[in-house]
Amino acid sequence: MTVETATAPAIVARRLDVGYPVRGGTLRVLENLDLEVASGEFLTIVGPSGCGKSTLLRVLADLIPPLSGTVQVLGATPAVVRERRDVAFVFQDATLLPWRTVRENIALPLQVGRRSAARALAADVDALLELMGLAGLDGRYPSQLSGGQRQRVAIARALLAQPRILLMDEPFGALDEITRDRLNDELLALWERTGTTILFVTHSIIESVYLGQRVLVLAANPGRVRELVDLRAVKGTNGRCTREAPAAVEAMAHVRALLEGS
Amino acid sequence: MRSRLEPALPIVGAATILLLWQFLVPALGVPRFIIPTPVAVVLDLVREFPLIVSNTVPTAIESISGFLLGNIVAVAIAMIFVSSRLLKQTYFPVVLFFNTIPILALAPVIVLIFGLGIVPKIIVAAVICFFPTLVNMIRGLESPTENELELMRVLSASKLEIFRDLRLPRSIPFLFSALRIAAQGSVVGAIVGEWIGSNKGLGALIIESTFNYHAERLYAAVIVSALLAIVFFNVVGVVERRLLRYQSPAS
Ligand SMILES: Nc1ncnc2c1ncn2[C@@H]1O[C@H](COP(=O)(O)OP(=O)(O)OP(=O)(O)O)[C@@H](O)[C@H]1O
Ligand SMILES: [Mg+2]
Repeated sequence: MTVETATAPAIVARRLDVGYPVRGGTLRVLENLDLEVASGEFLTIVGPSGCGKSTLLRVLADLIPPLSGTVQVLGATPAVVRERRDVAFVFQDATLLPWRTVRENIALPLQVGRRSAARALAADVDALLELMGLAGLDGRYPSQLSGGQRQRVAIARALLAQPRILLMDEPFGALDEITRDRLNDELLALWERTGTTILFVTHSIIESVYLGQRVLVLAANPGRVRELVDLRAVKGTNGRCTREAPAAVEAMAHVRALLEGS
Repeated sequence: MRSRLEPALPIVGAATILLLWQFLVPALGVPRFIIPTPVAVVLDLVREFPLIVSNTVPTAIESISGFLLGNIVAVAIAMIFVSSRLLKQTYFPVVLFFNTIPILALAPVIVLIFGLGIVPKIIVAAVICFFPTLVNMIRGLESPTENELELMRVLSASKLEIFRDLRLPRSIPFLFSALRIAAQGSVVGAIVGEWIGSNKGLGALIIESTFNYHAERLYAAVIVSALLAIVFFNVVGVVERRLLRYQSPAS
């Protein structure tokens, strides 16, 4: 299933094989994976544990090379895109540096890597603090924050270089439901305003349908595309739906059935 | 038992033991040239204060110098080992082997090589500090998590930047748990160095008092040695708390 859009796709992967070197050979994780993500799309990714969701994001972020196949991100190789700071990663555990304050954590991308590549100015840190609801917390250390606040800092840090692609690996997995729902809405608002392409891995079926324009359901052993569920008929003209809308509930049941069947 | 009295309990403990020592030991007929009473030791400490101080100063200087030397060398070598697998694989086993030599066996060798001045004492102290710091520093520099390293890589950080902004700050808590051991070890090293060949310093005072059955002075020197180690330990602790303030949940 391909998406027809006027602009070039943000991500094109063809016949992708990915694995890890292990004792006595290679552990195949993803096999023969084809994927096309439109520019500005919000794609959610679900699948059984160990099927290779994080691995897929790692390939796109140039953290590991594929065994074979091609990956194009914004028309270039993942390495080039990483160097240009066009891609940012948000980890499940936030991965804030504990010895840095909130402000210093957000500013990390200004202090490492090729400085010329970091397009943001220091003033942007204040704007991001405001945007992510962190105003007044800028002097705190990560140990003094709640889980939700930590993820907000991680997202602010990812946004600092104004990436065109945001890769999020279960960013809200460790949060309570209320906080998670609130951050879901904030993320959607952010996506609508910036037009960033977002790939969002989650274990929550509700979250996958609520956030995504499409849901990529992966099957395990070997990791492969089970189905790419298109939700744009489910979502209203504003691209949103409630979690309780009949069409959304139906889509959730469909995703669940795919996961249970895999 | 959670009350405001609780911090006072160790003081009560120490006081009861000192009281027992003061009255029980003479009552059991132990001669005072073998175990003097606490009061006699304190009186001696006061009476011979200038002598004790003049012997504490060289020991303190040797300990601090040895502490600095041993730890600086250990940190430098840890950095080299962490940045070069080859060098680590080649030389770390050698270092491990040297560490198995008891310091008391090594100290005479060091005195033989470096003579009778202050240098061999500093070196013995440094050798004691070296190994725990080396091992901990290596562990600390290698302690960043997979996610932290991936974060740096997504940001296209250079090896040097990863070192400066991730490995080094990650290693600080590891470094300080070694430095606390080294703070006490450096005093041990200086005293052992002085035993073997010196006429000044707390180590020399201890040996001389023992041979002369000057028990009060011996005990006074032992207590001052302990105080010196406690002071160093606490200085390290204060610096650690300032550097690692970020770990405390309260601001
Ligand atoms: N560095 C690695 N070396 C070897 N094998 C790895 C490595 N990282 C992951 N794997 C293996 O690759 C497979 C896919 O891992 P991956 O982390 O991509 O799964 P996932 O879909 O993200 O799972 P989860 O939902 O539990 O996060 C797993 O079997 C895992 O054990
Ligand atoms: Mg994962």
